[in-house]
Amino acid sequence: MTMNAQGRPTRSDDVATSEAPTFTGNKALQIEEDLIFEVGDFNGTGVDLPEPEGAPSRLGGMERTSVIGLPGLSEPETMRHYVRLSQKNYAIDMGPFPLGSCTMKHNPRLNEKVARMPGFADLHPLTPEAQCQGALEVIDALGHWLKELTGMPAVAMSPKAGAHGELCGMMAIKAALEACGDAATRTRVLAPESAHGTNPATAVQCGFTVDEIPADKTGRVDLAALKEMLGPDVAGIMVTNPNTCGLFERDIRAIADAVHEAGGYFYCDGANFNAIAGKVKPGDLGVDAMHINLHKTFSTPHGGGGPGSGPTVLSAALAPFAPVPYVTEENGSFSLVETRRAAKEEGEGARSFGRMTAFHGQMGMFTRALSYMMSHGADGIAQAAEDAVLNANYVQARLKSEMTTAFDGYCMHEALFDDRFLKDTGVETIDFAKAMIDEGYHPMTMYFPLVVHGAMLIEPTESESKRELDQFCDALLSLAKRAKSGDAGAFKAAPVHAPRRRLDETAAARKPVLRWTPPVAEAAE
Amino acid sequence: MTVRYTKDHEYVRAETEGGDVYIVGISKHAAEQLGDVVFVELPDAGKTFKKGDDMAVVESVKAASDVYAPISGEIVEANNAIVDEPAKVNEDAEGAAWFVKMKPSDPAELDAMMDEAAYAAFIAE
Repeated sequence: MTMNAQGRPTRSDDVATSEAPTFTGNKALQIEEDLIFEVGDFNGTGVDLPEPEGAPSRLGGMERTSVIGLPGLSEPETMRHYVRLSQKNYAIDMGPFPLGSCTMKHNPRLNEKVARMPGFADLHPLTPEAQCQGALEVIDALGHWLKELTGMPAVAMSPKAGAHGELCGMMAIKAALEACGDAATRTRVLAPESAHGTNPATAVQCGFTVDEIPADKTGRVDLAALKEMLGPDVAGIMVTNPNTCGLFERDIRAIADAVHEAGGYFYCDGANFNAIAGKVKPGDLGVDAMHINLHKTFSTPHGGGGPGSGPTVLSAALAPFAPVPYVTEENGSFSLVETRRAAKEEGEGARSFGRMTAFHGQMGMFTRALSYMMSHGADGIAQAAEDAVLNANYVQARLKSEMTTAFDGYCMHEALFDDRFLKDTGVETIDFAKAMIDEGYHPMTMYFPLVVHGAMLIEPTESESKRELDQFCDALLSLAKRAKSGDAGAFKAAPVHAPRRRLDETAAARKPVLRWTPPVAEAAE
Repeated sequence: MTVRYTKDHEYVRAETEGGDVYIVGISKHAAEQLGDVVFVELPDAGKTFKKGDDMAVVESVKAASDVYAPISGEIVEANNAIVDEPAKVNEDAEGAAWFVKMKPSDPAELDAMMDEAAYAAFIAE
């Protein structure tokens, strides 16, 4: 052994290669973190204030005598707990997040800087209009961008997520039907088999029944079948474009015309707007209502990183029914229309269906989205859409040699694979996804859309560089080859490098433990 | 005893030969496709359904699915044992883990359904 003067070995030739369990259960920086209730005792506290003296309780004997049961951690313990937990999380800031239909793109730091400006960040929602003109202008300007990008005359800014935006659009459709006396007869909503689950859920929430529009063999809406389903009982359709198979609905104009001819409305699910923003105006396609996920297309944080925001654009036919509150501008001064009555007075023929939220929407997301739009410009937004589509097609083209695409031809912003390439290997989609975790990737969307067997839906977004995409594709290609080489056992065992191995989903669903209960002895104290 | 199947993977068989009560459930194939069943919701006795109506819900680790009434008629009894222990559906879908017993209002509907051989051919497609 080579020694230096202190006797400290400097070479690693004797290092054992096998992994030995550690005493703590920790694996170097991978800490086995207890629950917060188990870290601190119930008597501890992060603030050290003296008990007040000479101040008798004025609760008249009603004061609590038992332990309240809140975790008592010091500040450093609290910091460590949450930082350790955060390090167990996979995030877009750590690597590609290829979840299809989720558009997990980079959240530019400029957005964060703008959102944290005290004039925006510290604003109270009840601030008088005269003192928050800037914030109202942001809402108005963002609304203007959204109307321009979609080619639609009106926008409801208050919906707080994609599904909330869907609800807004469907409530506007319902209100329009009620206004013309059709609500009692037009009770059916049609949605494709490949629809996001929120579409039929929203329709049912609004009191409609839902029927499935079959797909044709190219993965798109079967126009002939749709036409047969249309009739005087149809309130409207809910179609995503590009759809969840990553394909542009080429017949979209004909679909819209057929629906309008039958007296129905066209709700477009805007979840995949990222693929066409700046390129196609949904208003030109005959859309009556569409939500826009600011937390996807316009790069505000998403998926545990921040709240959603789902402004909903409305056609001229639905605009009179838009929810309150909304912002209006007159001679450079901005004001809020807060009530249905005010809406009626302000806009000709306005019959707002009411209010969906307590306040004006997700202000923090508005500032971020507007910052993204203004820093990119209209040409930059179009470029982002182009790059997102290019990246998805690059991934599809590279993976085609080992994996099977669900449909032929080019895709839009996401590439859809099925599990035919795993046939007879003993490996299933879920095993493939778990093996990706060991490779350091968040898996793609699995088993969705439902129209494809063992679906794997990859959406790289425009954020990824060619180098990153190549590494990702190389990893997937090597996994596909390994699966085909008969190494099913390794896949069934995955993940082996994650903090936890594969979870027993069945047991979790059949016997869920929904509440932590303290160890008996401690609780009794 | 003849078992009849629908394209949506429900089965129907007479409780007793020549009797007017029929046992309804989901096929063994459907149970396999669903994966581990974790939740079952059944209609109450006395409810009536038209053929094709949503009658019950079955939820597995993979998906939630509606179970359609394979025939029109009235529910005589629901098998609450599978509500308490959904795993039984995976163990014995076409036996002890039946869903409901129904009294059909139009027994002729049964004639339009697939027999065992036709269903086997259908799922092999």
